Amino acid sequence: MDVKEYIASGILELYVAGALSPEENLEVQHHAIEYPEIKKEIEAIERAILELTEAASPKMPQNGFAKIKAEINDVIPFTPESSSSKGTPWGSYMGWAASVLLAVGLFWMYTENSKLKSDIELTNQEKQSLKDVLSDTQEEITTKETLLQEIRDRNVDVVALGGQTVSPSSYAKAYWNKEEKKVIIDAQGLPEPPDGFTYQVWSLKLDPLTPTSLGLLDDFASQDTKLFILENANESEAFGITLEPKGGSETPTLEQLYTLGAVGS
Amino acid sequence: MNLDNLIQQFQKKDTVAFETLYNMYAENICGAINVIVKNSERSQEICQDVFVKIWEKSNQYDASKGRFFTWILNIARNAAIDEVRSKTHKNQKKNLPVDSLVGIFENGEDLNSKMDTIGLQSLLKGLKEKCILLIDMLYFKGYTQKEAAKELNTPIGTIKTRIRSCISNIRKNMA
Repeated sequence: MDVKEYIASGILELYVAGALSPEENLEVQHHAIEYPEIKKEIEAIERAILELTEAASPKMPQNGFAKIKAEINDVIPFTPESSSSKGTPWGSYMGWAASVLLAVGLFWMYTENSKLKSDIELTNQEKQSLKDVLSDTQEEITTKETLLQEIRDRNVDVVALGGQTVSPSSYAKAYWNKEEKKVIIDAQGLPEPPDGFTYQVWSLKLDPLTPTSLGLLDDFASQDTKLFILENANESEAFGITLEPKGGSETPTLEQLYTLGAVGS
Repeated sequence: MNLDNLIQQFQKKDTVAFETLYNMYAENICGAINVIVKNSERSQEICQDVFVKIWEKSNQYDASKGRFFTWILNIARNAAIDEVRSKTHKNQKKNLPVDSLVGIFENGEDLNSKMDTIGLQSLLKGLKEKCILLIDMLYFKGYTQKEAAKELNTPIGTIKTRIRSCISNIRKNMA
């Protein structure tokens, strides 16, 4: 090979520029090893380019490499080989464990709070129903006190009504306030009327026998006190209670006379 | 220590070897970037990034494919061209100016680059514009011989002999 001709071809200038094809590049590489003259020439061309580029330099700062070194050293710890975290990464585990504990704790507190809220609601409901019971009871007491007051009134005549043929064991009492034209029937001693029937209270005049209806003892079963207040403006001489078909009758059915009592007897 | 050993040490991630190589080539690499970017501050920043990249890519260098300087010069001009492209793209210009070195030679320094314009002009003294344009394309813009031949509408053989004559001219100016 003619080395001088090869050098004169300009291929080495292109080699330094990196402008050759890979095949030509390899060829120059081989010749450079084989012929020291070629290698020297390549180095001389490179020096010219070094000179040219150096003249274009923006004037480098003195500590230029320090910055690069800092940057490449920053990068090194992230490569797997130099990773310092060998063995168990306890710090990381602790972190995860702590966050799991926190999450569990928060969830527990949330459910506890919900429970307490529903407990409070339940207690409030209970309180309300107790209040209702209390007011019902107070109302009942007031009613009973009123009744008691009325029965104890000085103007009240007490009439005992005794059991008759139909039901000898029955009894009742009539508390008659002539001033207020009211009669309170205590029907505790009467049996519960059968379905479709009701007790009817009568004011009686004896001579001649004249019955006047005072009213029906409706809602007998649901009336706990078995005390019934009825109007009575009559000059009654006796009171009687008969069992009548539902709705009552015009005249008493005497065969079904349960109790009877005369006033002042 | 000769260059080959230095490069071997560098490829074994020896920072001392890398620092030696940096001191050898930093001005040249940054200069090559500056020819294209024409801004000293920006060129220095890009240059620093380029050396970090060289360190990261150290195992990719293969002596059978060319000179070490050629390898790092290629990384540098790619980075510089990327910088200018991203800017020209914003300016809606399609192509890079092909005359950066010619402009520097003819018009003298533009103030941003802080180049040694006098040194540059003395190196390029007596070179024809064709020459400076070809040097710019092959060494600073990274054209391959094929690309340069196509761009200049000239046979590859002529490209070779012309660049030979141009570089010889610079070498004479150096002496």
